[in-house]
Amino acid sequence: MALTTLWFILIAVLWIGYFVLEGFDFGVGILLPFLGRDDTDRRAMIGTIGPVWDGNEVWLLTAGGATFAAFPLWYASLFSGFYLALLLILVGLIVRGVSFEFRGKVATQRWKRGWDQAIFWGSAVPALLWGVAFANIVRGVPLNQAHVYTGNLLTLLNPYGLLGGLATLTLFALHGAIFLSLRTTGDLRERARKTAVRIAVATVPVAAGFLVASQVAHGRLATDLTAAAAAVALLAAVAAIARGKEGWAFAGTAITLVLAVTTLFGDLWPNVLPSTTAAAYSLTVHNASSSHYTLTVMTWVALIFTPVVLAYQAWTYWVFRHRVGGTPVTSPLEALSHGKPPAGPGPATQAPGGR
Amino acid sequence: MSELDLARWQFGITTVYHFLFVPLTLGLSLLVAGMQTAWMVKKDPDYLRMTKFFGTLFLINFAVGVVTGIVQEFQFGMNWSAYSRFVGDIFGAPLAMEGLLAFFAESTFLGLWIFGWGRLSPRVHLATIWLAAIGSNLSAYFILAANSWMQHPVGYKINPVTHRAQLTSIWKVLTNSTVLAALPHVFFAGLVTAGVFIVAASGWHLARRSGKSVRDTELFRRAMRLGLVVTLVGGVATAVTGDVQARLMDSQQPMKMAAAEALYNTASPASFSLFTVGSLSGGNEVWSVRVPYLLSLIATLNPNGTVQGINNVERAYAKKYGPGDYKPYVPVTYWSFRLMTGFGTLAALFSLAGLWLTRRRRIPQSRWFYGAAIAAVATPYLANTMGWIFTEMGRQPWTVFGVLQTSQSVSPGVSAGTVLTSMIVFTLLYGVLGAVAGWLMIRSIKAGLPPGEPGTPAAGTGEPVPVFTY
Repeated sequence: MALTTLWFILIAVLWIGYFVLEGFDFGVGILLPFLGRDDTDRRAMIGTIGPVWDGNEVWLLTAGGATFAAFPLWYASLFSGFYLALLLILVGLIVRGVSFEFRGKVATQRWKRGWDQAIFWGSAVPALLWGVAFANIVRGVPLNQAHVYTGNLLTLLNPYGLLGGLATLTLFALHGAIFLSLRTTGDLRERARKTAVRIAVATVPVAAGFLVASQVAHGRLATDLTAAAAAVALLAAVAAIARGKEGWAFAGTAITLVLAVTTLFGDLWPNVLPSTTAAAYSLTVHNASSSHYTLTVMTWVALIFTPVVLAYQAWTYWVFRHRVGGTPVTSPLEALSHGKPPAGPGPATQAPGGR
Repeated sequence: MSELDLARWQFGITTVYHFLFVPLTLGLSLLVAGMQTAWMVKKDPDYLRMTKFFGTLFLINFAVGVVTGIVQEFQFGMNWSAYSRFVGDIFGAPLAMEGLLAFFAESTFLGLWIFGWGRLSPRVHLATIWLAAIGSNLSAYFILAANSWMQHPVGYKINPVTHRAQLTSIWKVLTNSTVLAALPHVFFAGLVTAGVFIVAASGWHLARRSGKSVRDTELFRRAMRLGLVVTLVGGVATAVTGDVQARLMDSQQPMKMAAAEALYNTASPASFSLFTVGSLSGGNEVWSVRVPYLLSLIATLNPNGTVQGINNVERAYAKKYGPGDYKPYVPVTYWSFRLMTGFGTLAALFSLAGLWLTRRRRIPQSRWFYGAAIAAVATPYLANTMGWIFTEMGRQPWTVFGVLQTSQSVSPGVSAGTVLTSMIVFTLLYGVLGAVAGWLMIRSIKAGLPPGEPGTPAAGTGEPVPVFTY
């Protein structure tokens, strides 16, 4: 296999990992004002992603860094071309990121609600715009002979791009709702489950519509199969969550995301950023890549260190596997006087009960 | 303003801002890990209170450091796409390694540390903060390797077909003498920042010790001593490594050294300027206060050594690179260098005074001392900022020294209006976040130590009450 092919696949894997992991972070953030009826609920919801959101976000940084290292021309044209969209995504990520830390520092509801707004917008805007971005990467954008983007922000907000954005928005919301039903207890868990079913009413047609549109315009046989499999996985996930099979449902939406992003990258190949101006102006795995030497170095680095990273990230999920309760325990006395037994070792330590 | 000027301003603003938070993360992560280790070893619960007090401050700071860091990685592509295309074969690799080796460790293990109290065994939990601290400092290595390549490009060739720089030796890039000198310099500067920060926070409380328990006063006294020792040791080490860097700079970027000294004409021996007023045209000095032989000594370790002057280097570069202006903006280069060393020295001197005043368990009585301790918190921040302004502005007009100029590096398709938009957005957003973070830190300091015995098992559940939460 050519190194350029290998790195195309590795970058696809990094983006897949990012969307599967950060996808439910975004979903939880989007659902914060809807499922979080009071501060207790919202702290529980945030508690489900608290230990892992930052490590999940690093997948984005690694995907960006790997794109820079392996395909510098792709990185350069993509990031400068999609400038304003990326600016909006960055603002979203920034305000979301600090919100998790700042939110709990002042005891007033006004303070917390303010940062909860930041978490919502900081999750929803990137959730939408990543889909817009990837749809446009597949569709192609106006690039001139020097591979420089000649469009603007509105160029990206074409119907297919917007459909892609709605696809990721609804998929991440569903993925997040299922994640919450898997990771919480009691009333919150049940409401998350019901919300997942309701969201699916939007997710299924939008995501399916986007996959169909992608395949009609850009598809090939192999990706027709992965797209169909993605649709099946999505339907299976919805069926599972309707029955309360939360673990299967989460596996279902995770697999949907894996297959959907695989489909997009498969449609893209061997381009990395097609030009709608002229096919000759497109960036491909061949003309956008780094030298053979650099790709070789990066391959060794990836082979050695990726398994290590996967191992300790997986371990993190194992450590925090217990469900988060909606009822916080702020002191041992409160735990005793509440009368409710904690649902296993989880809630007492994992439920936000800080200073 | 052109898109080039705006892009440069934005990069300067966002980088300086990011680096307001990074050094404290670098140093304080290690010191907090040390405090938690002391708790584990000495089994004195006050060390846990100290860990929690400074840990809370660390996390507020860390959050802003992380979010402003994402912008940095994106900005190369967004605003400097021509640069990215040209150097990506070399420059992208350390950035990718930074993500895979350092950021994953830093973020994942910090999440385990914040939420893992009581969930993980004490030893494993202690390991998480150490691993997070090591991850942070490792990320400094990779980004400095990338920056050092810009200052002193090694291990590359220019591909005659693609006209892009191409990596020939990753080993040369990772062991570039420039990064081997820069890394300890930044590492110790991080410790100085953390040390001064701890002194300031402790000082605020010791000034109000009349209302405190003996135990709490002793805790802050110990913390202050720790901060003072770290500041002094770190300050000396920063100076020594800075001195090594000065010598490297003399051979690798003689124009930067000359501009740092406002040395307009080659001199042997060369005197060190304490204060220079230059002409507006930038070609000569008007008046200066100098120390004889000192610059030769710093640059070449020989009091009679030759140090090249701005005008001489300019002529040499014009011959080598063609006609052009190869001078950085001398006043900024000169003054940033001086202010960096000046503020760094102030921090070290203050710590020396502080160590004397706190000798043999003494607690200083003077209000002036505590006022100075709090004011001193600004010194490493100013030194760190001046340091980056110096090294980046001093390298101009080059992005990659001798290879690619800044004017050739900016994104061709991004309009001035677009860059102005992002620059305003980042500046305002960062301003608000910085103010909020600062306010939260001051509030957290004033709130004081956590009560007596946290981390003990909650009755009935067998699990400790969480130390940090969201």
